[in-house]
Amino acid sequence: MAKAANKQAVDSAALGDEGIALRALQQAHEADKRYAASDEELLKFYEQMVLIRRFEERAGQLYGLGLIGGFCHLYIGQEAVAVGMLSALESGKDSVITGYRDHGHMLAYGIDPKLIMAELTGREAGISRGKGGSMHMFSVEHKFYGGHGIVGAQVPLGAGLAFGHKYREDGGVCLAYFGDGAANQGQVYESFNMAALWKLPVIFVVENNGYAMGTAVKRGSAETHFFRRGTAFRIPGMDVNGMDVLEVRRATDIALEYVRAGNGPVLMELHTYRYRGHSMSDPAKYRSREEVQDMKDNSDPIEAAKVELIARGVSEDKLKDIDKAIRARIVEAADFAENSPEPAARELYTDVLVERY
Amino acid sequence: MAIELKMPALSPTMEEGKLTRWLVKEGDEVKSGDILAEIETDKATMEFEAVDEGRIGKILVAEGTEGVKVGTVIAVIGEGEVASPTPASTPTPPADEVEATPAPAAAPAISNMKTSTVRDALRDAMAEEMRRDDRVFVMGEEVAEYQGAYKVTQGLLEEFGPKRVIDTPITEYGFAGIGTGAAMGGLRPIVEFMTFNFAMQAIDHVINSAAKTNYMSGGQMRCPIVFRGPNGAASRVGAQHSQNYGPWYASVPGLIVIAPYDASDAKGLLKAAIRSEDPVVFLENELVYGRTFDMAEEDGPDQDGHVIPIGKARIMREGSDVTIVSYSIAVGFALDAAEQLADEGISAEVLDLRTLRPLDREAVLKSLAKTNRLVIAEEGWPVCGIAAEVIAICMEDGFDLLDAPVLRVCNEDVPLPYAANLEKLAIIDAARIVSAVKQVCYR
Repeated sequence: MAKAANKQAVDSAALGDEGIALRALQQAHEADKRYAASDEELLKFYEQMVLIRRFEERAGQLYGLGLIGGFCHLYIGQEAVAVGMLSALESGKDSVITGYRDHGHMLAYGIDPKLIMAELTGREAGISRGKGGSMHMFSVEHKFYGGHGIVGAQVPLGAGLAFGHKYREDGGVCLAYFGDGAANQGQVYESFNMAALWKLPVIFVVENNGYAMGTAVKRGSAETHFFRRGTAFRIPGMDVNGMDVLEVRRATDIALEYVRAGNGPVLMELHTYRYRGHSMSDPAKYRSREEVQDMKDNSDPIEAAKVELIARGVSEDKLKDIDKAIRARIVEAADFAENSPEPAARELYTDVLVERY
Repeated sequence: MAIELKMPALSPTMEEGKLTRWLVKEGDEVKSGDILAEIETDKATMEFEAVDEGRIGKILVAEGTEGVKVGTVIAVIGEGEVASPTPASTPTPPADEVEATPAPAAAPAISNMKTSTVRDALRDAMAEEMRRDDRVFVMGEEVAEYQGAYKVTQGLLEEFGPKRVIDTPITEYGFAGIGTGAAMGGLRPIVEFMTFNFAMQAIDHVINSAAKTNYMSGGQMRCPIVFRGPNGAASRVGAQHSQNYGPWYASVPGLIVIAPYDASDAKGLLKAAIRSEDPVVFLENELVYGRTFDMAEEDGPDQDGHVIPIGKARIMREGSDVTIVSYSIAVGFALDAAEQLADEGISAEVLDLRTLRPLDREAVLKSLAKTNRLVIAEEGWPVCGIAAEVIAICMEDGFDLLDAPVLRVCNEDVPLPYAANLEKLAIIDAARIVSAVKQVCYR
């Protein structure tokens, strides 16, 4: 304890008064860590997280059957991040952009699982009409701007969406998600600089799941505390447990309040974990089975929400009913995705350009 | 002993300038480092400093004189005799007369002819579109307070303010991404690259983020953005700053690629680019910025008449013996070549592609059907260029029309050298086009 306090004093001295300002959000977060969700809200979060998990498990199966091709990055283990953060946004006003691990974010938005699964199987009914695939899905209607396959590219794009919010003065904020691997791309820091310089309404969110593909954070990052990496640009950082949906939600509220007040960007680091490999083709031999099992046993966001709901007096039967209903939805989505037609051959040439020249 | 003060070259492309103001008068004592005069170059107004000390003897070029050639003696330090008073001591003609380019013989008849430099035409296009649509904004390095590294955005900050004319840090990858994201979110960005050489840092966003989004999203997410700036070889800036990216971008489905030659096309096509729902790469040329051309008539109070359709080539000069296909700065060389060829009894038709993607195949084939011989002139490398593409079109759809193999005239297949003589050898010119035309005409 004394050691931590001492360290804080050293940091503060190194950074001067600005250092204190840069830590203000973290202090606010530490003082008030968890969102006071109603039973109904927590149930909703639980339901969304279970939906993502069951969807992703099914996607993994379909991949194994050869119905899904290419790269397929599952969100299993990280559900609390998308669900907690999205719950804090104002729908129709705020925008979201992420990388290729995007299914969970779309499901958290309430986008029909059938459209997402049909995209994974490359069908006409898919949300990108079968032409995007797992990594390239969008819903402009929901202000979800993808779904980007180039590691880190979504960060300046997200700053650009935030630029649009500011330009139009629509009060919106953009959440730009990226992983601990993408956090080492140069364009991320170019974006930090301009976002801070122009006070863009953007929250940069590092979903730190511990591994950039097979490279553990400490093997690829000189500064492993990603939330500190905004300091050079005067962007306040927040260090958040991404395995607790209520902590994620509360921290997001604090960040949003700061950004909506016109103060410029915030950098949030959410500690999370993916149970599966980087993509379906990754055997994940760079970590031990014990490590994964330990996370599943002791840090699972869905189990934690379940325990809390039961402690609050929600019946196990009610939770079972929710699980059952979700399983039925997933079966329906998978059937739809397997049985709906592939795009017509003529679709090869559509949507290359918007206009005709 | 008198020391001659000569009109200095203050930028790599400056051939002449305006002597805006003298800060000394005859009889003043000057020492090294004193500012003698202000000189307006093709890019900016610069101060002209003394190197030698002494008394200003005679001022030979009055302030306010335009079009003073680099090297002209403008004043003399010391009382001695001036070796040879140059004829340029009298005001030289204005730039547009000096740089008169061959008149496009077959250009459509135009009334109320106005003239403009390419630089001003580009600026006017942006200003008009910014007045028309408040979603349009321009961002890039030095576009606002500096008034544009090449003065293309001159005056825009004053009219539209810092919200819509935005200076960026030197961070091409980042601001290309921010512009692209803003376009995805519904704005109409114009992203200026100081030159397209620096856009190499940003090419991922141009191609992976901007060009592919509409397709990958099944038509949901558009990206109406213009990436513009000078492209191709400038003058004596060496290999890293001298490259034609036309073929690179033109190979990418999902992009529109425009490379205009004259001022009228620069304006009309930039307006069309800004209005397009698709991402556009708009390739300008630094060496052409200062050239003055006739402008097509602009009908209507909002000048909406001056929007030129994308994807349509233009016959710059009609001819019957051979077609010279070209684009951007090389159109000027092609027109010069056609003029020389006319003297030798060869009637050359000059076709300016104007848009590189989509490329106007029909116009190429139509002209080929008329002349049966074709040469392509491209200021760029010969391998896998637009020239190769035009040759493929002739092979695929014009084989029976050909009376001779199609030839390409391109830059030499080397990184561009710095030395003046080697640079000259590396870049195409009218003489090489003339020679290729004679070959295909078997003359």
